[in-house]
Amino acid sequence: MATTSPSRRPAAELVKDAAYSALIALALAAPIIGLQTVTARGGLGLNARWDDVFLIVLAVFAGRLLLNFTIWRHQGARPIGQKWFQRAGGRPFARHGHTLSKIIGPLALAVALLLPALPFSDRYVMDLSIMVLTYIMLGWGLNIVVGLAGLLDLGYVAFYAIGAYSFALLATHFDLGFWICLPLAGILAAFWGVILGFPVLRLRGDYLAIVTLAFGEIIRVVLLNWYEFTGGPNGILGIPDPTLFGLEFARRGDNTFHEFFGLSYSSMHKIIFLYYIILCLALITNFVTLRLRRLPVGRAWEALREDEIACRSLGINTTNTKLTAFAIGAMFGGFAGSFFATRQGFISPESFTFIESALILAIVVLGGLGSQVGVVIAAIVMMGGFEYFREFEQYRMLIFGLAMVFIMVWRPRGLISTRSPSVILKERKAIGADLVGQGHG
Amino acid sequence: MSETAIAAPSPTPRWEADPVLDVEHLTMRFGGLVAVDDLSFAVGRGDITAIIGPNGAGKTTVFNCITGFYKPTEGRLTMRRAEGEEFLLERMPDFQIAARAKVARTFQNIRLFGGMTVLENLMVAQHNPLMKASYFTFGGVLGLSHYRRSEKEAIGFATSWLEQIRLIDRADDPAADLPYGAQRRLEIARAMCTRPEILCLDEPAAGLNPRESAELNDLLRLIRDEYQTSVLLIEHDMSVVMEISDHVVVLDYGKKIADGPADVIRNDPAVIAAYLGVEDDEVEAAEEEVEEIKEEAERR
Repeated sequence: MATTSPSRRPAAELVKDAAYSALIALALAAPIIGLQTVTARGGLGLNARWDDVFLIVLAVFAGRLLLNFTIWRHQGARPIGQKWFQRAGGRPFARHGHTLSKIIGPLALAVALLLPALPFSDRYVMDLSIMVLTYIMLGWGLNIVVGLAGLLDLGYVAFYAIGAYSFALLATHFDLGFWICLPLAGILAAFWGVILGFPVLRLRGDYLAIVTLAFGEIIRVVLLNWYEFTGGPNGILGIPDPTLFGLEFARRGDNTFHEFFGLSYSSMHKIIFLYYIILCLALITNFVTLRLRRLPVGRAWEALREDEIACRSLGINTTNTKLTAFAIGAMFGGFAGSFFATRQGFISPESFTFIESALILAIVVLGGLGSQVGVVIAAIVMMGGFEYFREFEQYRMLIFGLAMVFIMVWRPRGLISTRSPSVILKERKAIGADLVGQGHG
Repeated sequence: MSETAIAAPSPTPRWEADPVLDVEHLTMRFGGLVAVDDLSFAVGRGDITAIIGPNGAGKTTVFNCITGFYKPTEGRLTMRRAEGEEFLLERMPDFQIAARAKVARTFQNIRLFGGMTVLENLMVAQHNPLMKASYFTFGGVLGLSHYRRSEKEAIGFATSWLEQIRLIDRADDPAADLPYGAQRRLEIARAMCTRPEILCLDEPAAGLNPRESAELNDLLRLIRDEYQTSVLLIEHDMSVVMEISDHVVVLDYGKKIADGPADVIRNDPAVIAAYLGVEDDEVEAAEEEVEEIKEEAERR
């Protein structure tokens, strides 16, 4: 039986495999399902549900056994998803990557520019688009640090928070407007990027990730506890709206937008204005990033990601190069933060938790490290997906996790994983993901 | 540094008359291990100098000290640039040794930027002048024409090197896709794109076939004669060392055991015994000679 054919697996092995699966199911189900917390008299109590656990383990064992003896009988032991991996993992989009981004880019830009005029664009769509664009901008900013320079930053949201609080504090204390505070917020965020960068950049890989993660948390905790300065958990209220050359988007005032243009007041004016601001900011981020990639500093970032030692042997000051990546990434995070503050009108440390950092990083990784178009697609898919599954509230994170696992199996290097050269002699050829380094931190 | 030099031919060799790099009393210790022990030698300007020695003799350690990847425990490394400026390499961070003292290097295990194209590799090597031309990025972002002109020049320089190493047709291919021999040549070209005054090659002929090895010899001669760059190389391949070297330094256990022109080194019994290996019937004779040398040393 065991040796009837090479591809046919022996029954004992199949049963063993099913038993392993049942064991894993037991390990997972025992704490998650087996133990339920209940409110007892003296506080929390535990309620054991071993019969449920037993049923689940039994179901997994039986199901695995069934699959093993039917579908997987002849295929040999193979991890789930290997087939997809083999098909797509080699060089996805190697040839079409560039043409794809060539078409998607202008198309997306045209849609983005015309969006407020499209018939289905109501307040809900505009609000959603503003949020998506904010994440696209954050994704592009983080892409400089993670995608180009290969430095894993788990605390990017700190710069977002610094930008938001810079604007909020400057506006509420000194009565400065959005357009003056925007560059200041960017500069302050970049400054903090450098402050964080100096001690941290000698670290690599996992260590860098942990320290940046800690930095993100430190900033949040400081914002939370420095009550006199930041308002602590109460946050900051009454952050002013942006103005268009001094015109306000209020119903009543000395110099309002609708009066100046002789329109009747509509709350949509402000939303559309905000939409175009974030669109401009995001496009500036994209434009600058694309420019930087073709400049020596951008090439040095990518070279750093490929091989730091070789960089130093060529006379590149790697510390400065890393710092510029950190600072420029942080600056765009600061811009986005200050936009976030003006849009919300209210900020509190709750908006800058680690999950935000993780989300932005997920957008970058999902889109494909270093790919500008990939970030856009990933941000739309993820934020759109979050909205779409809003009714499922409790299962949202579950679906999110499933989607991430699926992407990892199907496209381990992100949606658009090819790299486009920064300078060409004759012919532009996309570089397959398998050749491109991912950085060591 | 001539205490062990064997019959230096008159007139004085170039490495004494006009050294581009002076290594004096270089010592490198890793804990209890002495990898390089009080080593002194000089690299002549416009010479091809080879450092040879058995595995573990400390050759790569010497390289790493010269290029700043290690800080020597003791000793002084003086780089004399053509215009007369002097640099003490042991006091400089590694990237400045490449950028200011104009010392370039390659690696034993090739370190190209694999995910970047061949041309991009050569552009990264011209980082510092291009950085200046882009006014430290600010001018470049604004799209000033000054930077565009400099970039065009840099591409031109890179192209001339690609023609030199016969990789012009593969300029837009990723470097990791090149065959091994081409990667070696590209790494040398990349180092040359930093416009160095001394080029340090760590086993450039390792893994090359005889034809590629001969090409490498031509390339190194070209670098010496056309680009006026001194070459310092570590090599195991004797056909490379003996054919093209003007000056050979032999290391064993971190100490210099011989120093002189290639043809003198070839016949040095200590070197033969320690490194080059000898034919079977010569083994005994060589061993006797070694014994004699040792006794002589003890007597001293």
